[in-house]
Amino acid sequence: MNSKMMSYIIKRILLTIVTIWLIITITFFAMKAIPGGPFLSEKAVTQEVTDALNEKYGLDKPIFEQYTTYLTDILHFDFGPSLKSRGRVVIDIITEGFAVSGKLGIIAAGIALTLGIIFGSVAAIHRNKLIDNTIMVSTTAFVAMPSFVIGSFLLLVFCVYWKILPANGDLPGGLILPVIALALYPTAYITRLTRSSMLDVLQQDYIRTAKAKGVSYYLLIFKHALKNALIPVITYAGPMIAYILTGSLVVEKIFAVPGLGRAFISSITNRDYPLIMGTTIFLATMVVLMNLVSDLLYKVVDPRIDFK
Amino acid sequence: MSDKNLDKKVKLFNKPFSFHVNVDSFLPATEEEKKQQVLMRESVSFWKDGFRRLWRNKVAMTCVFVLATIIISVIIIPMVWPYDYDEQLGVVQGQAVDPSYSNLRPFEYGETELGIIEDGGSVFPHIFGTDAAGRDYFIRVIFGARVSLSVGFFASIIVLLIGTIYGSISGYVGGKTDLIMMRVVDIIYSLPDMLVIILLSVVLNQVFKDALANTIFASLGANMISIFIVFGLLYWVGMARLIRGQILSLKEQDYVLAARSIGASHGRIIKKHLLPNAISVIIISTALQIPSAIFTESFLSFLGLGVSAPMPSLGSLASAALAGVFSYAYRLVIPALFISFIVLSLNLLGDGLRDAFDPKMKA
Repeated sequence: MNSKMMSYIIKRILLTIVTIWLIITITFFAMKAIPGGPFLSEKAVTQEVTDALNEKYGLDKPIFEQYTTYLTDILHFDFGPSLKSRGRVVIDIITEGFAVSGKLGIIAAGIALTLGIIFGSVAAIHRNKLIDNTIMVSTTAFVAMPSFVIGSFLLLVFCVYWKILPANGDLPGGLILPVIALALYPTAYITRLTRSSMLDVLQQDYIRTAKAKGVSYYLLIFKHALKNALIPVITYAGPMIAYILTGSLVVEKIFAVPGLGRAFISSITNRDYPLIMGTTIFLATMVVLMNLVSDLLYKVVDPRIDFK
Repeated sequence: MSDKNLDKKVKLFNKPFSFHVNVDSFLPATEEEKKQQVLMRESVSFWKDGFRRLWRNKVAMTCVFVLATIIISVIIIPMVWPYDYDEQLGVVQGQAVDPSYSNLRPFEYGETELGIIEDGGSVFPHIFGTDAAGRDYFIRVIFGARVSLSVGFFASIIVLLIGTIYGSISGYVGGKTDLIMMRVVDIIYSLPDMLVIILLSVVLNQVFKDALANTIFASLGANMISIFIVFGLLYWVGMARLIRGQILSLKEQDYVLAARSIGASHGRIIKKHLLPNAISVIIISTALQIPSAIFTESFLSFLGLGVSAPMPSLGSLASAALAGVFSYAYRLVIPALFISFIVLSLNLLGDGLRDAFDPKMKA
């Protein structure tokens, strides 16, 4: 590891920190911009009650002081209490929901990576044959479908017509469809990515050399070609996590999964501001960190990359 | 040119300060030499060349056809259709709501309509039936497609304008300005866009609700305005990066130096020399921006953050249909298919445009 690389890594980490800070700041001031404040809701409350609530939650202080308090609280993982679910703190709701969503996401990502790489390599090896064309046509179709369309169709086919799987995420087997719905798009994307990079690699001179040396077919594909073809797939890891996290908002709504996505959507409809802020910051930080990891990994794995 | 002639020229070239006039250079051109000047084929302009390639691309032309059909129908059909997208057929002023109009299946009729048919009159059919509030579903889908398409189109225009201006200034000025401007882009680029969009639309919706009440934007809805603002704030960064990269390499070209040497202003150089040369990149990325904007809009509408009721968009139609999916599955399938077709053909058309207009792709 040379100094150029170190300076790149440091720069990248600094950028990530600035981004996270920006997300927190945007979230904070966006919430403050909402007219009326969080307590001005359905019920008419007296001025004294409002004042008391404002004092309790520190909303009577100057805005900059509120901001610094919020920043320090977040550094201690304290996102404050939920306004609508009485007696619960935001961080508990987030961790509880993320336990479900995280499981869902990890399984979906695993499936997407495995199947995507397999399909992509198969398509590349059998270029322009029937199997390649089938794979390419179907992935093109899946990439064009928004997550809610995929989710809805799965619901229709498996729950409405065939009735073989439950439509509710709480029931046993209920997580199968949400996982498929989440995994389809990344699978299609990774397939296309792997195929094009595999095609690129298969034309390289070292593959011809290996072939000429008499390297066995499987060794050629797995060791020489696939290993190098997978480097671009690493760059997709960050965006994939982002897709799965935001896609889970929709999928959890469709299949009624008790995860973080559903908590987020209901916090929006309930206008539970601390929960909206907490979830946004949590999810955004996850995405930014994953992007950092995949970026750094990419630069470490591929020695040809130039550090600027 | 004869060999002798060439010899003389070479000799002259070797003696650059000689005042000897080469008489041969002033002879009238022979017929053979004149023939060489005749254009065998008219020179092909950039646009002609690109469109000829596009025309030959069958996939792209199919997409053009599909899109043209959809665009023409979303413009014309609302003008001639007998029902309105927000017209509740069971509701007549001063009478009780007629429930027979709600949730009609395709080609079914409400009670009063059946009466008219029995009397020998004709009623325009409800091709896709009606929704839970008794509104003709076909016109709602068409109107939803219109909303989704226009969101995609206008959002891309916003992205194009901001991205082009920002990127070209950053690339052209260079130096510290470029560094700072690109750091800003880096940070915005790394924000998770969907989450920020959701957050901002929640907030802007609240902020704009009252401010918009009596203006011309009221019919558009606060959510729509916030979608456009969000696009203006976030999505231009990709375009800006692309344009900057183009400008960086283009500004080193000789014709820029030539323009500068005759005193062209910076603005003129950017407008007349740099941007026209980057036009292929601009077209391609704008074309690919439209489907992503449609995606985003439908995603937000599906979550209930998109266009405000009663205005439909394909996303909000799908979202509303989800509640009754066990009885009325087609109501979910229709907008879903529509949106997939639109996005798919826009994507493929974008690929076709890239093949046709990208100078690097020319074999």
